[in-house]
Amino acid sequence: MAKSNKPVVWGLFAAGGTATAFVTPALVLLTLLPAFGVMPELLAYDNLHGFAGHWLGKLVLFGIVFLSSWHAAHRLRITLHDFGVRADTAVAVVVYLAAAAAALSAVYFLLRI
Amino acid sequence: MSAGGKPFVRKVSRYGWFLRHPRYLRYMAREVTCVFIGLHALILLLLLRRLSEGREAYEAFLHDLSGPAGVALQVVVLAFAVYHSMSWFNVTPKALPVQIDEKFLPGAVIISAHYAGWLIATVALLVLAGVF
Amino acid sequence: MSERIVEMEVLRYNPETDAEPRFQRYSVPCMNEWVVLDALNHIKETIDPTLSYRWSCHMAVCGSCGMMINGEPKLACKAFLRSYDWLIRIEPLSHFPIQRDLVTVIDDFVTKLRRVKPYLIPKEDKPVAEGEFRQSPAELKTYKQYTLCINCMLCYAACPEYGLTTGFIGPAAISLAHRYNQDSRDGGREERQQVIAANEGVWECSFVGACSEVCPEHVDPAGALQQVKIKSTVDWYQEHLMPWSKK
Repeated sequence: MAKSNKPVVWGLFAAGGTATAFVTPALVLLTLLPAFGVMPELLAYDNLHGFAGHWLGKLVLFGIVFLSSWHAAHRLRITLHDFGVRADTAVAVVVYLAAAAAALSAVYFLLRI
Repeated sequence: MSAGGKPFVRKVSRYGWFLRHPRYLRYMAREVTCVFIGLHALILLLLLRRLSEGREAYEAFLHDLSGPAGVALQVVVLAFAVYHSMSWFNVTPKALPVQIDEKFLPGAVIISAHYAGWLIATVALLVLAGVF
Repeated sequence: MSERIVEMEVLRYNPETDAEPRFQRYSVPCMNEWVVLDALNHIKETIDPTLSYRWSCHMAVCGSCGMMINGEPKLACKAFLRSYDWLIRIEPLSHFPIQRDLVTVIDDFVTKLRRVKPYLIPKEDKPVAEGEFRQSPAELKTYKQYTLCINCMLCYAACPEYGLTTGFIGPAAISLAHRYNQDSRDGGREERQQVIAANEGVWECSFVGACSEVCPEHVDPAGALQQVKIKSTVDWYQEHLMPWSKK
């Protein structure tokens, strides 16, 4: 039996899982609070545009989108298997392509800011 | 090796196996958090898109997020995101045991450190984003 | 000494006469301090001598008497009757073919155990004249927990991934590979990685954690498997990004 190449996808899944575990709830709060009358300063168009205009801001935003997408993609692949879907290769191609598409889209939008 | 007769192979339910025991249901609940993490990535992506399209598009999007559907979606995403965080931190000692001389650091210490880090990261993010 | 009648619903299967298994109920007068194994022995000795099941030590060290008790993988010698109601359902350990009654075919596990080379493979040949292998208490502590496995296979019965994908090497075998990999006297990690770092090895595991929940010896196979995943991932990057480096 040859050693697997799963480490590549799993390592990103684990990194994404750790990152999202620490920051996602706070990020959801940021976009949820305005509905309750609290507007985070960062969400004001000028501020967020300025943040995303800076290369570091772009990097951070890209990182979060990429890691979240990858984590979700890999886990979804496993979950579909657990739900009885048996076309693992097809599922893998679809989910990882979707994650790549999300990452590329993020790059595209960020470059336009 | 069997003698005198065929061994009987019991079928495992491919679709409903996780309904058999609470621990499997908890596992599946943890696993489906990925759908909502994925949804959050999409929300962020959409936010970036609208941000790149200019002030009007962006502010309209923020307005949509604050509508009833947007709030409902985000509350559900938040709930699953929190469940993801908790289930992730709770198992860290198993994956990353810390040995000091002849003892292992108690799991509770490692887990508490993660929850503390989570609290600090959350507060820091909210402060930096100008919530307070 | 108090006594009560316990109804034991046992899955029977005779490979020579039955097309499929069926339940048989026995009324067993049980002592309060009995375990399920005592009740089974009582059935075999006084009610139905044809009932077949594995057992040996009656003290949770041999790993022979694993079975499903009310749907949960347990050692029959460690399942106290006082923990159960008046009706107890007994079935052979899940995810293994039934040979006869409560006796399962365990060949798959034994084959996989052999494949992971669960024995010390020293880094170099060391003749006896050169002295013993020395190991500090701290070095022992690193892998001690994983030596406690009694090969009872409860973890295989609990693992849903093993139930769905029988090619999976499984919790106990991989934990035992980990036990030797972590042993400071051992040098066989790369050989074992060929088996446990393959797709059918640790990568079938999705960290359900059921294995550790049912393990009667608190080995924590789930933890071992996650540690193997992390080490295998570090390995992969080292091998592919810095192929010149020695591990």
